[in-house]
Amino acid sequence: MTAYRDAVRTALQTLLREDPRVFLMGEDVGRYGGPYAVSKGLLKEFGEERVRDTPLCESTFVGAGIGAALGGMRPIVEVMTVNFSLLALDQVVNNAAVMRHMSGGQFEIPIAVRMATGGGKQLAAQHSHSLENWYAHIPGIKVLAPATVQDAHDMLLAAVEDPDPVFIFEHQMLYGMEGPLDTEATPPSPWKAAIRRSGSDVSLIAYGGSVHKALTAAEKLEKERVSAEVVDLRSLRPLDRETIVGSVSRTHRAVVIDEAWKTGSLASEVSAILAEDAFYELDAPVVRVCTLEVPIPYAKHLEEAALPQVDRIVEAAKRSVGGG
Amino acid sequence: MAEFVMPSLGADMAAGTLANWRVALGDTVSRGDIIAEVETEKGLIEVEVFETGVVEALLVAEGEKVPVGTVLAEIRAVSAAVSAPASVPPSESAPGDIISSGASDVDLDGPMASPAVRRRAHELGVFLGGVEGTGDHGRITLDDVQHLAGAKAAPIASGDRVRISPYARRIATERGVDVLRIGGTGPGGAIRASDVLGARVPEPRKSVSAAERMQSAIAAAMTRANDEIPHYYVEHSIDMGNALAWLRETNASLSVAERLVSGAVVLRAVARALRKHKKLNATWQGGEVVPSDGIHVGLAVSLRGGGLVAPALRSTDEGSLSDLMARMTDLVSRARAGALRSSEMTSATITLTSLGERGVESVTPIIFPPQVAIVGCGATLERPWVVDGQVVPRPIMRVTLGADHRVTNGHQGARFLSALDGLLQEPEKL
Amino acid sequence: MTLYISRDHALDLLRQMIRIRRLEEKSVELYSKQKIRGFLHLYIGEEAAGVGAMRALREDDNIVATYREHGQALVRGIPAGEIMAEMYGKANGCSGGRGGSMHLFSAKRRFYGGHAIVGGGLPIAVGLALADKMKGEARVTACFFGDGATDEGEFHESLNLAALWKLPVLFLCENNQYAMGTALDRHVSDSDIVNNPPAYGIPSESVNGMDVVAVERAVHNAAESVRETSEPRFLELRTYRFRAHSMYDAELYRSKEEVEEHKKHDPIANFQERAMSDELITQSDIDTIEADVAKEIAEAIEFAERGEWEPVEDITRHIYARDLS
Repeated sequence: MTAYRDAVRTALQTLLREDPRVFLMGEDVGRYGGPYAVSKGLLKEFGEERVRDTPLCESTFVGAGIGAALGGMRPIVEVMTVNFSLLALDQVVNNAAVMRHMSGGQFEIPIAVRMATGGGKQLAAQHSHSLENWYAHIPGIKVLAPATVQDAHDMLLAAVEDPDPVFIFEHQMLYGMEGPLDTEATPPSPWKAAIRRSGSDVSLIAYGGSVHKALTAAEKLEKERVSAEVVDLRSLRPLDRETIVGSVSRTHRAVVIDEAWKTGSLASEVSAILAEDAFYELDAPVVRVCTLEVPIPYAKHLEEAALPQVDRIVEAAKRSVGGG
Repeated sequence: MAEFVMPSLGADMAAGTLANWRVALGDTVSRGDIIAEVETEKGLIEVEVFETGVVEALLVAEGEKVPVGTVLAEIRAVSAAVSAPASVPPSESAPGDIISSGASDVDLDGPMASPAVRRRAHELGVFLGGVEGTGDHGRITLDDVQHLAGAKAAPIASGDRVRISPYARRIATERGVDVLRIGGTGPGGAIRASDVLGARVPEPRKSVSAAERMQSAIAAAMTRANDEIPHYYVEHSIDMGNALAWLRETNASLSVAERLVSGAVVLRAVARALRKHKKLNATWQGGEVVPSDGIHVGLAVSLRGGGLVAPALRSTDEGSLSDLMARMTDLVSRARAGALRSSEMTSATITLTSLGERGVESVTPIIFPPQVAIVGCGATLERPWVVDGQVVPRPIMRVTLGADHRVTNGHQGARFLSALDGLLQEPEKL
Repeated sequence: MTLYISRDHALDLLRQMIRIRRLEEKSVELYSKQKIRGFLHLYIGEEAAGVGAMRALREDDNIVATYREHGQALVRGIPAGEIMAEMYGKANGCSGGRGGSMHLFSAKRRFYGGHAIVGGGLPIAVGLALADKMKGEARVTACFFGDGATDEGEFHESLNLAALWKLPVLFLCENNQYAMGTALDRHVSDSDIVNNPPAYGIPSESVNGMDVVAVERAVHNAAESVRETSEPRFLELRTYRFRAHSMYDAELYRSKEEVEEHKKHDPIANFQERAMSDELITQSDIDTIEADVAKEIAEAIEFAERGEWEPVEDITRHIYARDLS
């Protein structure tokens, strides 16, 4: 069993060892060992050229990552959290996402950007955002959300290999999670969703930190004789329409769990996909379980109430199946 | 295979729009029949077909605009008249609509529909799996597809929307479950899949014999009659002495082939009696009586294998008796051979069922909806009868009128039977 | 005053400036005829800065520029026809018709655009220099930007990072005195822009951007320094644009007198005068150049006119390496 953070580190090591074009840069990735201890030990093994502590200038170090990728390197840029990434959005949206297009296909930007995301640690409003949907909105970049230890490893390898800009969102509550890791196995395509648990009565569709809440909810539902299928989206852009629609075509009911705010969320996007491609399969309206429309509060009980929790998922599933 | 092409209907016509088909797949057409309506610059024009045969394929959908000369349909030329089942929506099946013909090259794999029909279904988003069409042997016609597409898009009940989940509606259509008849357990009483799946569904039609299908159609019709029509019965015994004597006399001078049977006489008498009892010669449709145009008595004919048909003899009250006899003989033989025409299947205004040959005294028949009456005759048997105070043997036939009490009552029924009696006492006038 | 350059050199500098001038003038005309749409930012008046700088840099050096980049693009070697076609939006434009006037790109000529976000190109330049440094390639990344960019956070971040990591970036600030419609002293607290870089430890210098030879020398020196030391340098090129910020600008923020005053320092006229007084070139040379350039522009227009429109069916190309759908 391996911890999620260790799985990411293993992938970083593999990449740094095997490809001289790869380097890691971000705030506190070197001497500090990484704010989430992901890059611990890497500075010592690979040196300052390959593991670079950056000044606090998100816009410029993300932009520099883009420039370095243009110049033939394979940079892995770590933005400490999605909360700080907002400073770099211009570089993401106006450079990373569009340079291939604007130049008529002349340039490739093989950059991989990792950032921590999500709430649940009482870090209050400025440190608890889930803005994956902002990134998943933009054509020209790709977005991944590894929810398992295996995916945390495999997706980073795939992202660095990919010729397009790939953004990986690591839910901060998952770093300590333990799970199986097989570094030899051939990984599945990162661009496909996965059925983490098969079921027949309702599809619980989630990504990132919400997948495990969905799995817990599915176990509870089983005791009440509701068979829930859990779909881990894995790739947020592109979304795996086929698996999403396939699951709901079997269960005929869907509950989408998303830690972002409901308005304009990825949950809304999944709902629209179901309305478009699975309309005649739906036996109940699609339910979205999201964070309440409030900035994330600091006090524990308030934060818990705001974020999606297992009992809300269970209740939504039962409503969907029970029809009333 | 003959082709029906988009005709040139004017010197400057380059293309035309097939506005609507007047035939369906499997229909029989004769040279000169109107097969379709075509929209041109100058308006809607009816076009005729120049072949006689069976419509094998309809290649252009209604509403499509095609150049002059495009093949619109394929007709398999047939020399003799064959059975042409009518396109009647399945929910209104009456025994007159039962298909009795025998073998046909039916493809039982997949929905029975031609490529053109399948294409249209695909265009309209209609799912054909498990759908039973109204064409020959359940073949799906363009009309069926249109009907199903309309059923999907529009609310089923006029004026009243049914709250039903998309999935439930889809499977209800596939299984032939009438959503108006099931309750919903979803939010706000919406019908959910479990409600549809729990509803009683008609047996899925696998490949059944024509006889089985006929039987189930009869069953459906009779059940409906039993459920919907408040029957009353009036019975009468008729002295057939005069009629039989007249028959013997008339037949003596006729060749065997021309000889009349008593059945023809009774048939004519029933028809004539109806002239003054129009309320028994009507149909019940949409909650009201619709008087029929003409008197077309349906003659119940039993078939080998247990089937029953009641094709109509049109204008049974008119023409000579020998004519009627000839027509009756022809009808019965064609019924037994499975060679009835569609018009014969649909136009009976009342039915006569005669069980005399079976030797039973009487029958209490069930009306064939949407008719409002039925006449049943037993055998003509020698019975002791009182004539002028003396007990003498007389040939007595018991006649039972079954009638719809929504339309007529016992008094009217009785008067009809009296009239019938009267007519049979003066057979030479028939 | 003499220029201390050869005749060929003088002819080349003059030719490049005239090419830019005539291309830009023609673009005005074509824009009015709606052949060119969107935004059009003209380089008229700033030719000396662009030509001097580009001629001082090597073919192999990386160039990052702004939306006012036609001059740099032309001198870098992107054919006038491809530039014109790009402004038309045709598929034979240097960016496939996908970018337009503000987004001229050429991968094979190391011309990295063509950026429309003020200050947005600086981090890219830093990154390109970082890649070259890590690969051990002796290359300069020259980054053109305006005085407005020095307001942006990314300017300061980029100077800081380039100095900290010792990256071979040549920061070239084309100070034309205005950030769109806001005069210099109304948008910077210290209007001596050259005072910024030393705060990050970057040597900086100011040059008369209307003097093509002065620019060339200064840029050459600075570039060589960057190439050798692999440390960033900063040059302010003091210049002026004779036309509006873009085609839709009513120029309410400056007086006509001011513009006329600056036109007296027209880089082309001044150079011609000096070159002729140095007896390096004659009027006949000028006429020949003008005739050649006129022909070049005419052919460029023809190239653009006969270019095809990219088929709409191809619209999802060039988003990802492989079309995802």
